[in-house]
Amino acid sequence: MTATFWQKVDKTGRNLAPFAVTVMMVLVGMIPLPVPGYAPVAPNLTLVSVYYWTIHRPDLMRPGVAFLIGLLQDFLIGGPLGVNALLLVVAQWAVLNQRRVFLASTFALLWVGFTLVMAGAVLLQWLAFSVLDAVTLSILPALFQGLLTVAVFPAVGWLLIRVHRAFLNG
Amino acid sequence: MKPRSSGSVIRLAAPLRALAQRFSFLLLVLASIALMMVGKIESVSVDSARARVTDAFAPILDAISRPAATAARVVESAVELENAFDENQRLKAENARLLQWKQAALRLESENNSLRSLLRVRPEPSVNYIAARVIATPGSSFVRTLVVTAGKRDGVRKGQAALAGAGLVGRVIEVGEWSSRVLLLTDINARIPVILSNTRQRSILAGDNSDQAKLLYLPPDSPIQVGERVVTSGDGGLFPPGLPVGVVTAVSERGIRVLPSADLSRVEHLRLVDFGLPSTDLDPSPDSK
Repeated sequence: MTATFWQKVDKTGRNLAPFAVTVMMVLVGMIPLPVPGYAPVAPNLTLVSVYYWTIHRPDLMRPGVAFLIGLLQDFLIGGPLGVNALLLVVAQWAVLNQRRVFLASTFALLWVGFTLVMAGAVLLQWLAFSVLDAVTLSILPALFQGLLTVAVFPAVGWLLIRVHRAFLNG
Repeated sequence: MKPRSSGSVIRLAAPLRALAQRFSFLLLVLASIALMMVGKIESVSVDSARARVTDAFAPILDAISRPAATAARVVESAVELENAFDENQRLKAENARLLQWKQAALRLESENNSLRSLLRVRPEPSVNYIAARVIATPGSSFVRTLVVTAGKRDGVRKGQAALAGAGLVGRVIEVGEWSSRVLLLTDINARIPVILSNTRQRSILAGDNSDQAKLLYLPPDSPIQVGERVVTSGDGGLFPPGLPVGVVTAVSERGIRVLPSADLSRVEHLRLVDFGLPSTDLDPSPDSK
C-alpha cells in the first residue's frame, strides 16, 4: 500500500519534470547578462523546451500546460498579457500536428523543424505586439532573437535530452 | 489503457479525442486573445496581479542572477587588470580636470545660495535615493523593462525615477512588496517630460524599442543641434528637474534622436529617486503613459 503510494508520488514528480524544466527556462531566459544589446535578443529558451517536450512527451506538455507557462512568462516579462500564452499554444498545436514527422527524423531535421517554428513565432510575436501597440514595430530585434535561439538549440536540446533520460526513462 | 476488446470504441474515441484537442486549442487561443483585451482595459488590476507574481518569483530570479553577475565581474576585472596602466593615466588626467570643475561648482553653489536668499526662493524638496539590484530583464524583443530588488517596504512608489551611473534609466511602473519593475525610457510606452539644456525647449522624450529615444512635440524650426544635453524638466511633478537623460545624436526630418547617457544594456544596480513631493502618490492614475 505504502509502496504504491510512494510510487505514485515518484511518478507524479517525474511527470512534472517537463513543466518544471520549462518554468526554469522562463527564469533562466530572464537573467540579465551585462553584454551590450543582449536583453532584446536573449534566446527564447521556453519555446525550445515546449518544442522538445511536445515531440517527445505530448502527454506531459498539453495545450493547457503550454498556456499556463506562456501566461507566467507574460506576467514576469512585463509585456501585455496573453501574447506568450498564445505563442506557446499555437506552437504546441503546430508541432503536435506534425509530431510523426519529427519523431522519425534525425537531429538535423529536428533543428530545421525548430527553425520553421521559430520563424512562425517571430512573425506571430511581431504581429501581436504591433496590433497591441497600434504601430508598425521593427521586426529586426525579433529576427535576431530568432536566429540566436536557433543557434543555441543544439545545446539546449542536449540538456533537455539529459533531463529526459534522467527523469523519464521508462 | 483503452479497452482493446472492441474496435468500434477505438474508432469512435480517436476522432472524439481529436475533436476535444482541437476544441481545447481554440479555447486557449480565444482565452489568450481575451487576456490581451482584459490587459488593455483592466490595466490596474493586471498590474497588481503582475506585481504579486513578480514578488513570488523575485527570490529565485535574485538567486540565479547572482552567478551570472559574478562571472561577468570576473571577466571584467581580468580585462581591467590588463588595461590598468592606461586607465590610471586617463583617470589622473580626468581627475585634474574634475578638480577644476569642482572649484567652479562650489563657487556657483555659494553664489546661487546667496542669490536665492536675496530672492527668497522656496527650496526644492529634498531627494532621497533607494538603491536596488537588477535581477531580471524581459528577454523579449518588444518589451524594455527591468525587475529590481526593492519594493514597497523599501519606500519605492509608482512613478519614481530610476537612475544608473550617468543618467536616467526609466520610471517605476509597478511595485510589489520587495520587488518592482522599471520601464526603460527606450520602451515604446515610455514618455518623459524633458527640457533641452541650451535652447530651454520643452519636449516629451518617447521610446520606440530601439537604443535611442526621440523627442516629440517640438516646433518645426527649433534651433536644436547635435550634442545638446537633455535633462528632465520636472513637469508633472513626478521627476525632480535637472536629472541628466541623454544627448541629442541626430537632427533630421525624421525626428530628433536622443542617446541615453546611461548604458541601458548593462545596468546592474540603480538608484530610485524618492522625490518627496505629495503628488508622487497618484498611484492608480495612468500618468504620462
